[in-house]
Amino acid sequence: MEEKAIICKDLTKQFGDFVAVNKISFEVDSGEIFGFLGANGAGKTTAMRMLCGLSFPSSGEATVAGFNVFNQQEKIKRNIGYMSQKFSLYENLSILENIEFFGGIYGLSDRQLKEKGEELVNTLRLQKEAKKMVGELPLGWKQKLAFSVAIIHKPKIVFLDEPTGGVDPITRRQFWDLIYKAADDGITVFVTTHYMDEAEYCNRISIMVDGRIDALDTPTNLKKQFSAETMNDVFYELARGAKRSDN
Amino acid sequence: MKQFLVFVRKEFYHVFRDKRTLLILFGLPIMQILLFGFALTSEIKNAKIVVVDYSKDASTQKIITKIAASSYFTIEHNILSYDDMDKAFKQGKIKCAIVFPSSFNEDLKHTNKASIQIIADASDPNTARTLTNYLISIISNYQAEINANVQVPYQIQPELRMLYNPELNGSMNFIPGVIALVLMIICTTLTSVSIVKEKELGTMEILLVSPFKPLYVILSKVIPFLALSFIDLIVILLLSNYVLGVPIRGNIFLLLMESTLFIITCLSLGLLISTVTNSQQTAMLISMMGMMLPTILFTGFLFPLENMPLPLQIISNVVPSRWYYYVVKAVMLKGLGLQAVWKQTLILLGMCFFLLTVSFRNFKIRLA
Ligand SMILES: Nc1ncnc2c1ncn2[C@@H]1O[C@H](COP(=O)(O)OP(=O)(O)OP(=O)(O)O)[C@@H](O)[C@H]1O
Ligand SMILES: [Mg+2]
Repeated sequence: MEEKAIICKDLTKQFGDFVAVNKISFEVDSGEIFGFLGANGAGKTTAMRMLCGLSFPSSGEATVAGFNVFNQQEKIKRNIGYMSQKFSLYENLSILENIEFFGGIYGLSDRQLKEKGEELVNTLRLQKEAKKMVGELPLGWKQKLAFSVAIIHKPKIVFLDEPTGGVDPITRRQFWDLIYKAADDGITVFVTTHYMDEAEYCNRISIMVDGRIDALDTPTNLKKQFSAETMNDVFYELARGAKRSDN
Repeated sequence: MKQFLVFVRKEFYHVFRDKRTLLILFGLPIMQILLFGFALTSEIKNAKIVVVDYSKDASTQKIITKIAASSYFTIEHNILSYDDMDKAFKQGKIKCAIVFPSSFNEDLKHTNKASIQIIADASDPNTARTLTNYLISIISNYQAEINANVQVPYQIQPELRMLYNPELNGSMNFIPGVIALVLMIICTTLTSVSIVKEKELGTMEILLVSPFKPLYVILSKVIPFLALSFIDLIVILLLSNYVLGVPIRGNIFLLLMESTLFIITCLSLGLLISTVTNSQQTAMLISMMGMMLPTILFTGFLFPLENMPLPLQIISNVVPSRWYYYVVKAVMLKGLGLQAVWKQTLILLGMCFFLLTVSFRNFKIRLA
């Protein structure tokens, strides 16, 4: 296992004149749960897409799982899982069919697929729904399923883009239990969120403002640094200066 | 390879679980062919026929009785002048006329040869063909009867006149047109929509983040529609052969090869559309407006190309289905071989190659 799961140096993305991600630099340790915070439009999704190889960086450097994002794309793909901001399973396939499909394109064998399918259905307590179309499930269950599918091939790093958006607090709690379990299994978790209680669950967090990373530390240290009571106050302090946010 | 199969299976799930897709896939071609077929058969029953009998003798009488016995015809006995007959045809009162010349009996007795004139309204070519074929078979039937016990056989020669449309262009041509249209819709619309749908839903990102190669993503999207459009092609051919009685005169293998070429051309067009848009609605609109309309307008099966203004004729040259339509008509309806359609085949091949290259180039591995 390498020391660093992600190394990012001056990574930049420009759309025309608009700098969506502005020279961000950070490192994520293996096995860490890394929170990636920022107001709407701060550039979180754009940054994550560059790290996953969905988008070419305009400049800067980055390695993911030890591989260069510019030219070792294929190797990165084998080592990461990704859950996009949009819901990312097929609604007109059943739970098991989704598992078979995504496991299948990662090259899992039939036996592995069967075992995985049973295991997943059991841990998520979806035995009765296994043959139901995913579209019929409540959002919270869908998201938990999508996460489990994103790590079905045991990647080194999993990227989660607002995995709990619009999900109720109890289900969010359960979702984080899944994240902790994955981290225990040695998977590095890179997660964006707008919920400050979730930020507290992370080992370290970075806060993006207008494409830059303005703060990066453990939640405890950040609160100290900004002499704030809660993560909410820290976030507010930083985001107040943002020009891009809607308000 | 196994990954590939997993993917193709998923595509089939999508197709068979989406009612709209199924309807387009199987409802559309069957409906078009059957609608056309029924419109055809209902017209032929009890077609009004005028018998103009200048001869009035035993043999003409026998033929007329035979005609009257058939359920196809209702006989009008009036003797009309050619002018009146022309009027009746123009007003659509009669579909067909049969004229026995006054010398009919004489000719038959003395020279063993006589002629009968059959005139049909060919503005509806299928009806005209069916009616005249039927009359000819009645006449040859009669001829066989009188030839049963004679040494010098009698010959009754039917002379055909197809009014208004001597080439019999028209309804038979509908079938190659429907084939071109259906393949176009399935391959272009369904393919582009199915790819764009994954972009819209966000699943395309997941696919591109996986180690599954983007080229394979394209292929596994395209292969189910290749297979399905082939099934559709077979269904149309079977229906038109067995329900509408339109024969496949040429080499079926050649027909299938040419169709495959056209299908691949349409698939790459669908791919190309999917690379320029991110919304299903736009993809649908582009393929409907941009592809289906030109197919209907510029293929020539509804509106003859020769009658179009020159600029439109020139535009029609870039519509792939125009060339495919020509090929199907030649091979299927006229029974011609590759030597008659090699030019069109080359044009299609060129278009196919061009579209395939452009769309593969444009398919983005990284979305931005
Ligand atoms: N393809 C693109 N072309 C032009 N601008 C883009 C593109 N993608 C994103 N942007 C812009 O970049 C900025 C950052 O977008 P991004 O989606 O990364 O924000 P985000 O932090 O993920 O926000 P949210 O919390 O709303 O998901 C936005 O202003 C967005 O409009
Ligand atoms: Mg985002």
